[in-house]
Amino acid sequence: MSTRSGPSPARTGLLLLPPLLWLGVAYLGALGALFLAAFWTTNEFTGDLVKVFTLDNFRSLLDQPVYRTITARTLGVAVLVTLVDAALALPVAFFMAKVARPGLQRLLVIAVLMPLWASYLVKAYAWRGMLSKSGPLEWLGISPGYGLTGLVITLAYLWLPYMILPVYAGLQKLPGSLLEASADLGAPALTTFRRVVLPSVFPALVAGSIFTFSLTMGDYIAVKIVGGPTQMLGNVVADNYGVANNLPFAAAYSVVPVLVMLGYLGVVRRTGALENL
Amino acid sequence: MNHNWKLVAATAAVLLTAVACGSSSGGDKTAGGSGFKAPDVPMAKKLGTKEGSVSILAWPGYAEDGTNDPKTDWVTPFEQATGCQATVKYFDTSDAAVTLIKTGDYDVVSASGDATLRLIAGGDVAPVNTDLLTHYADIRSFLKDKPYNSVDGQMYGMPQGWGANLLTYNPDVVKPAPTSWSSVFDANSPYKGKITPYDSPIYIADAALYLMNTNPDLGIKNPYALDKHQLDMAVNVLKTQRGEVSEYWSDYLKQQQAFESGDSVIGTSWQFIVNLIDADKKPIKAILPDEGSTGWSDTWMISSKSKHPNCAYAWLDYIGGPDGNAASAYYFGEAPANTKACDVIATTDNDASFCDTFHAGDEAYAKKLWYWTTPVSACLDGRTNVKCTTYADWTQAWTAIKG
Repeated sequence: MSTRSGPSPARTGLLLLPPLLWLGVAYLGALGALFLAAFWTTNEFTGDLVKVFTLDNFRSLLDQPVYRTITARTLGVAVLVTLVDAALALPVAFFMAKVARPGLQRLLVIAVLMPLWASYLVKAYAWRGMLSKSGPLEWLGISPGYGLTGLVITLAYLWLPYMILPVYAGLQKLPGSLLEASADLGAPALTTFRRVVLPSVFPALVAGSIFTFSLTMGDYIAVKIVGGPTQMLGNVVADNYGVANNLPFAAAYSVVPVLVMLGYLGVVRRTGALENL
Repeated sequence: MNHNWKLVAATAAVLLTAVACGSSSGGDKTAGGSGFKAPDVPMAKKLGTKEGSVSILAWPGYAEDGTNDPKTDWVTPFEQATGCQATVKYFDTSDAAVTLIKTGDYDVVSASGDATLRLIAGGDVAPVNTDLLTHYADIRSFLKDKPYNSVDGQMYGMPQGWGANLLTYNPDVVKPAPTSWSSVFDANSPYKGKITPYDSPIYIADAALYLMNTNPDLGIKNPYALDKHQLDMAVNVLKTQRGEVSEYWSDYLKQQQAFESGDSVIGTSWQFIVNLIDADKKPIKAILPDEGSTGWSDTWMISSKSKHPNCAYAWLDYIGGPDGNAASAYYFGEAPANTKACDVIATTDNDASFCDTFHAGDEAYAKKLWYWTTPVSACLDGRTNVKCTTYADWTQAWTAIKG
């Protein structure tokens, strides 16, 4: 019997069943299966799966210096892309939220969102053209060519909207009166930025960094297009799965970014930034 | 190693539930060279009604249906003649081919020698009844019953053709013209940052071939039979090269674009890609250096999970027949397997010298190329006092080389 105070627990349960099933079976189940596969191996000649428990995959991850190098490189690129995006997003978002008149504000939001309407591949190939020896950057004499630098530029471009939008939203919540009060109390612009703007926008920066950091950690397509001979974590996973047909090793290596992201989210949680979003 | 072959047979037995065969039953066949047991996959005895479709897994340029160039189309005539609607999927590397055929979504595959034995041992391809292929008799005899496409005299496919990986360069930039592979392995290359090697572990054989000519003391007799020390030396050559690389290529369109834009000026390529660049009127030249080269000899194979075996046989007969073989070999730029294909190319493509250029009938020349072969621990050069490195070792080394 249902009362007027709300739906019965049974009905709520029934309503929640599909999303819970999706989360439990499709999402966590797939992750679990992937993790399980990391303890298998493949026959080295035919490439068939050998479902015998082994720690070999994790052992070679630790033993072989090349995987440490690639992990470190990937982390470095992710941090760099995040810093570049933060440095670009702060002034842009500040101008959008605090300086621009409402009409211009809307226009700028559209301008920031616009690149998201174009396909990821189109943008990556556009940068392949930009960075090419016969491209516009080379014509200006400043092309870094294909490689790490080109990769950081391309990824920073690709993920910039994901940083600008949360920072813009965070700055909109910041009352203009606080900035005026800071100025009235005699603080120079830099001090206002450091002691008023930055603390209040920090949770938004962290939210944006989760996007830029995790998207860079997993990227392997842009690396193939503009990275030259550079290998990132995602490439090793993709090559092991798609080329070498070594799903177990790919699964074992995929555990690394999962751990990194869990660690990152743990640190973020401790700063309290997630509660302030 | 013995242990592994048992695993191969055991896994294959699980895969092929329809086949009742123990891992040590007499029904298995043993390949002479590498000594593995081929799982007992049933072979077609006679052809039935065509299923109306066929799914083709091919090297780029082997099954053109007019999408790249409306004038280049030999798939449509096949469809019209047989009623088998063809879907074509191109792959970049032999490893990708092995991975894709295992999905069971494809009926036929054009497999190079570094994939064929892996496919046979894995039970992924079926033996081919050559009596059912009307054009098999016209295939050059030195491509039949080879260690890479047969086991114990049982053919596993229809030969397509063979050719060499070519030293390719931009003649406007690379002067004087290169004559040897050393120009891509030179530690002080003037083309630093513009060298483009092939992105696959099998490319290690190219470095081994280079060492075979420049460092005879190492004792490399076959670039696919490397012991631990020899592999380390080849890896060193490639690590040096790594600093000079613009990008490793496996996507032929990206290599074409990199040569055309000048981002790459010298490297390994295929005649097919050279022709595409040539068609765009960009400077490109390709040579086969005197010291020889690695190369491929491809065989069309039928998936053991094929849902359209009759259309698959029809495709094999067509692509190995004079017209299909001529069109694909001419477009790709390789020696056709069918003896009658040369006449077709001479008349329809008006290119009488094509087969001479590619030494199509020249068995002695064909023997000079080092065809892609899967490295196995039983040394392919016949050494028994040492264990050779396997393809798994090469795959790991390749990741380490790229760093």
